[in-house]
Amino acid sequence: MTAETEMSLYVLILAVPLGLQLVQRVSPLLHTPLMSLTNAISAISVVGAILVAGSGDATAFTKTLGCVAVVASTINIVSGFLITDRMLKMFRKKEK
Amino acid sequence: MEQIWQIAYIVAALSIIGSIKWLSSPATARQGVWAGQFGMLFAVIGTLLRHEVVSMEWILISIFIGAAIGAPLAYLMPMTSVPQLTALSHAFGTLAAALVGTAEYYRTTPTGFVMAALVIETVLGYLTFTASLMAFGKLQEIVPTRPITYKGQNFVNLVLLAFAVALGAWMIVEPAPFWVFPAFAGLSLLFGVLLIIPIGGGDMPTVIALLNSYAGAACAAMGFALSNRLLIIAGALNAASGFILSVIMCKAMNRSFTNVLFGAFGQVQQTTSAQASTKPVHSATAEDAAAIMAGARKVIVVPGYGMAVAQAQHKLRELTDALTKRGVEVQFAIHPVAGRMPGHMNVLLAEADIPYDKMHEMEDINPDFAEADVALVIGANDVVNPAARHDTASPIYGMPILDVDKAHTVMVIKRSMNPGFAGIDNELYYMDRTLMLFGDAKSFVGEIVKELPAV
Repeated sequence: MTAETEMSLYVLILAVPLGLQLVQRVSPLLHTPLMSLTNAISAISVVGAILVAGSGDATAFTKTLGCVAVVASTINIVSGFLITDRMLKMFRKKEK
Repeated sequence: MEQIWQIAYIVAALSIIGSIKWLSSPATARQGVWAGQFGMLFAVIGTLLRHEVVSMEWILISIFIGAAIGAPLAYLMPMTSVPQLTALSHAFGTLAAALVGTAEYYRTTPTGFVMAALVIETVLGYLTFTASLMAFGKLQEIVPTRPITYKGQNFVNLVLLAFAVALGAWMIVEPAPFWVFPAFAGLSLLFGVLLIIPIGGGDMPTVIALLNSYAGAACAAMGFALSNRLLIIAGALNAASGFILSVIMCKAMNRSFTNVLFGAFGQVQQTTSAQASTKPVHSATAEDAAAIMAGARKVIVVPGYGMAVAQAQHKLRELTDALTKRGVEVQFAIHPVAGRMPGHMNVLLAEADIPYDKMHEMEDINPDFAEADVALVIGANDVVNPAARHDTASPIYGMPILDVDKAHTVMVIKRSMNPGFAGIDNELYYMDRTLMLFGDAKSFVGEIVKELPAV
């Protein structure tokens, strides 16, 4: 195992319980916004898509795949965040 | 200058963690969305600044196209369509993950550890892609929402998955022939479709949460393939989040935990051929209902998916206002699996401007039913079925339910006596204290509101 991989595994080991902790605290009231926010965050795959699309040794084929991936993940990011915000705007506590 | 992208990644990781943390309370939730957007922006800019990225114009064009499709999608969809939109949006994200894995494979044809990560990424990516599309189809009712089952279904699925895993293993061990990767991708795509076919509409909350978890896992695997820790952190948070939500949903339906992991939701549909319409029910008019509610001190409303279908939430808000003016206390009881995604009812009620301090979770409000004069059930069925408490033969036996039957009077707004999603008859409807209000939820609530001032 390379040092790189080892470090990545440590990151994973720490990130999973952190995620479990964070999400357990979210009130059921906000479970739908939570779903759509994490849905938007899962589009972090845009990072990989950009790396593939912009890579110097990309063939026409991999470059096309990369660009389609960038389009798809951007749709996910934009729609995910916008709909989350649209929902949260509606939540209010007291009568006007 | 090489470190700029690393700093950008660290800022992005912190923002994404903060984003979920802030989402825990409605007071800071919008801040959470901002943090998430900020983090994503840093991730994108940081990546564009990396020296590996040599040509940018096509990437920028692609980002522009994606934004031009994504924004109208989010603004044009009505609030009742949030589950569909989430599923669709999901399909795009996981497609991206799968394509990245595919491109990486053809660019570098790795073996060993990196390939193992790529295999996990692509199998999860492709299967979640088609599974999300299928979920979207079912929620949008393009695809039949009833579970489609056939003999040996689980066996077929398992064999298919085993094939995909075998092909994946082959590619990990040694550079495989040309046909292996396309076959592997094809099997994963097919598996995603077959996974969702046996699932009914009522199980969608669990499925959507689970697909979310798979998408996160695909991202984390991509992080290992590309040695990118930002991807690992964001992916792991996501996988954990989807996982917890699906566990919560499972508990709320009294399903076992192993059921969740493999998506074996296709529970045996015991069509307990509802012996409906033989027993007498008490039905009432809007006028009767209005008279009882006007004289009540406390009314607890129990919304279900039927409320979403009928778009009754705005009329419900009018009813709440009218009753509150008369000094009647109105509260809302939300079952964890009411609707088609976790927290679905809360969003719809919030859309209708109902304050969230009136919405209560099952455990908090259940003791209150005993002192409620009226429990008004709108479009909910299985989550209020008392059979879950005592009838061991019932498919929903053991599922925690809202104790509406303890209320002084129970009112159920329903189109007809047809049984709900699970195909189970509901003994609640035949109780002496239950009044059945037959009709469309939206217009019926509207009529109650109209009848109220006359009382």
